[in-house]
Amino acid sequence: MMTDARGKPDGITPSQTVGPFFAYALTPGGRYAFEVLAGDDLTVPGVAGEAVQVSGRVLDGEGKPVADAFLEIWQADGAGRYPDGSGPGNTGFRGFGRAETRDEGRFAFRTVKPGPVAGPDGSAQAPHICIGLFARGVLRRLYTRIYFPEDAQAHGKDPVLALVPADRRGTLIARTAGPGAYTFDIVLNGADETVFFEA
Amino acid sequence: MALIYPVRSLAAHPPYLAPDYVSTRLRSPSRPLVIVPHTLSELSGPAFGHDAVRENHMDLTVQHAGEPLGERIIVTGRVTDEDGRPIPDTLIEIWQANAAGRYVHVSDQHPAPLDPNFTGAGRCVTGPDGSYRFVTIKPGAYPWRNHHNAWRPAHIHLSLFGPSFLTRLVTQMYFPGDPLLAIDPIYQSIPDERARQRLISSFDIDTTMPEWALGYRFDIVLRGRNETPWEDPHDD
Repeated sequence: MMTDARGKPDGITPSQTVGPFFAYALTPGGRYAFEVLAGDDLTVPGVAGEAVQVSGRVLDGEGKPVADAFLEIWQADGAGRYPDGSGPGNTGFRGFGRAETRDEGRFAFRTVKPGPVAGPDGSAQAPHICIGLFARGVLRRLYTRIYFPEDAQAHGKDPVLALVPADRRGTLIARTAGPGAYTFDIVLNGADETVFFEA
Repeated sequence: MALIYPVRSLAAHPPYLAPDYVSTRLRSPSRPLVIVPHTLSELSGPAFGHDAVRENHMDLTVQHAGEPLGERIIVTGRVTDEDGRPIPDTLIEIWQANAAGRYVHVSDQHPAPLDPNFTGAGRCVTGPDGSYRFVTIKPGAYPWRNHHNAWRPAHIHLSLFGPSFLTRLVTQMYFPGDPLLAIDPIYQSIPDERARQRLISSFDIDTTMPEWALGYRFDIVLRGRNETPWEDPHDD
């Protein structure tokens, strides 16, 4: 490692794409012998919150399905608690899942709807799920969030949504697809491009 | 706006659009990213520890009945933050092609042999000083279809979590002296020469084990919190 005189590193390690061949190690899903680290079902017995399914498609700049991506989600439980080891009641909930896209660029998670969590300066953030997206052709993780359509009132006060141009906020809000089911498509590029964050 | 992790460090990363890497053209945002504060959602993160790792996960040469073909190597280093502080107890996942440059993945159909004794996937957790160690075989270079006669330099993919959602990193480790690095659009997508150099491991005779395996060192630097003051190394 290159370091300065005091041993401080030269800088952070740059990102590189996951490429197309990650599945056997990161999302084996029973198709490969390697053991899965985190799958697409986050629900555990006793977890606080309403069980929901969130599914969708990942599309490129020509509207073509991206069938070799994977998504990571990170979220609080239904009581707005991140699983950082503190607080009773959600000890078995990891708040983290992985799902790869398959045919037609589809992915799906089974999880619980998160509760609101604290925002900066005493504000409250509307319920949301953080998404990290990785794929061939994506040189660095793409970060976006899923918000839920029934929380329109909370969206008006959400400190992160407030930073998103009004005409693009809709790309961050899932659609209802039946009881306990939501759809959320991610468009990587083009006119209907999903909002991505730098944080 | 509360930015707990310095964002200037992110300049080390490649841009999303790197036209010479053709797949980025339709898979990169064309609109500016929206800069957001670092809230609880970004400052927390999943914790995977020793429970996620089996005994043979850090040695990719002992996961099958026989030994894989190829040049046995040891890859070791330390994971620190950008202030040089060790990051202990963090999960590292790796995956790679075999010695012939072929991945186990069903979509890799290029005409090189699979090795029944090599999957190419591993995991380990960093020690108290941020150190990690894998035993594997040196991956081969392989062709890809980005442009005419395109070949990826030999590399090992690495995935790290670090302490929060913001420290997540997926990258690739390369080998010193590889002539393909100069013409690889993925490696060359990193604008800064010094940042690119940080992805090249160094041959290390002290890590090398006599009559057993060559050793390579690869240190990994994740983002670090602004608020942590630099401490004198003698201050323990």
